[in-house]
Amino acid sequence: MSKNFRLITDGLVKNNPTFVLLLGMCPTLATTTSAVNGLSMGLATLFVLVLSNVVISLIAPVVPDKVHIPVYIVVIATFVTLLQLLMQAFTPGMYETLGLFIPLIVVNCIVLGRAEAFASKNGALASACDGLGVGLGFTLALTVLGLVREILGSGSAFGWNFIGGRDGMLAFVMAPGAFICLGYLMVLFNKFLKKD
Amino acid sequence: MAAQSNLKNMVMVLGLTCLLCSAVLGGAYALTKDPIDAASKAKMDKAIGAVLPAFDETAPEAVEVDGKTYNYYKALKGGETVGYAVESTVVGFGGPLSLMVGVTPDGVVYNTSVLSHSETPGLGAKCNTDARFMAQWEGFNPAEKILTVKKDGGDVDAITASTITSRAYALAVKNAVDAVKSIGGPVHE
Repeated sequence: MSKNFRLITDGLVKNNPTFVLLLGMCPTLATTTSAVNGLSMGLATLFVLVLSNVVISLIAPVVPDKVHIPVYIVVIATFVTLLQLLMQAFTPGMYETLGLFIPLIVVNCIVLGRAEAFASKNGALASACDGLGVGLGFTLALTVLGLVREILGSGSAFGWNFIGGRDGMLAFVMAPGAFICLGYLMVLFNKFLKKD
Repeated sequence: MAAQSNLKNMVMVLGLTCLLCSAVLGGAYALTKDPIDAASKAKMDKAIGAVLPAFDETAPEAVEVDGKTYNYYKALKGGETVGYAVESTVVGFGGPLSLMVGVTPDGVVYNTSVLSHSETPGLGAKCNTDARFMAQWEGFNPAEKILTVKKDGGDVDAITASTITSRAYALAVKNAVDAVKSIGGPVHE
């Protein structure tokens, strides 16, 4: 159990997909215009990551080497579509904001990366923990980045506006601000948290 | 680790994976179809309710203006037409911008509501949240005011730093008003 727990904390800090591995930059930069968007995108990815990791770890031994990438992609795409249908049916509001980015989870290199690097070589439980850890790390990173951009760019936090309808620093809502915030957060993260 | 590849097991594994995945998705589609339809219908109803005065029933109809088909809902109260809710879609800044525009029979905009948009969050997306921008559509009379943004010589207050979105919004409202005009009914020019 301690090994599995370790896998979860590794994903959060040492192998943090956003701040350390620098994977999945497209959704990171595109969806983090607000804390809630970042959080939902992180959770959506977490869902896909855990399930695809488990399934891939189970089927990996019988998948022939030459077709393993197509098989993994099909599995991942299935979970993403499943998630899309479920969100559309039960959380239409959230689907409206994130709808555009959900299909992109299929080609999110974090998901395929974990399938290749971890799930195909480890058991189901360990893979689930790895998916959970990396997914939580991604969620944490996206939420923090979204929160910082929302505070600077729109003057609100989790949708609660504290500058009374005035405009924030608009640059932070757009792509350049995303890069600037990400850069500084990465510096802070690596300085204070990442301990080898 | 992974099994040796030969044609037989490659075809088998890939085929089987695809088959299983399609089965799962087919099932999920069947299960979520009703809730998805219900959600989109609820959204539509809410949008119609928001842009029109009180009504008893609506009837979906369609009208063609300049080769473009507009779906609209004719709202009746006690057998009398109280307004039309027109679905109007234009190209915004980030993609299609879909509005529900309520127009009373005299050609005045009753209210508008955003059905879907892909505008920049924090900028153009404010067309759905900015109270000042949204309030100006209530009772907007195209006979007295010009339906373009102030920059283009009209009477629409644009959202700061989102002129393109505001222009698109104004165009969508104008198209809807024109659509109602062509439906007939006493609309003044």
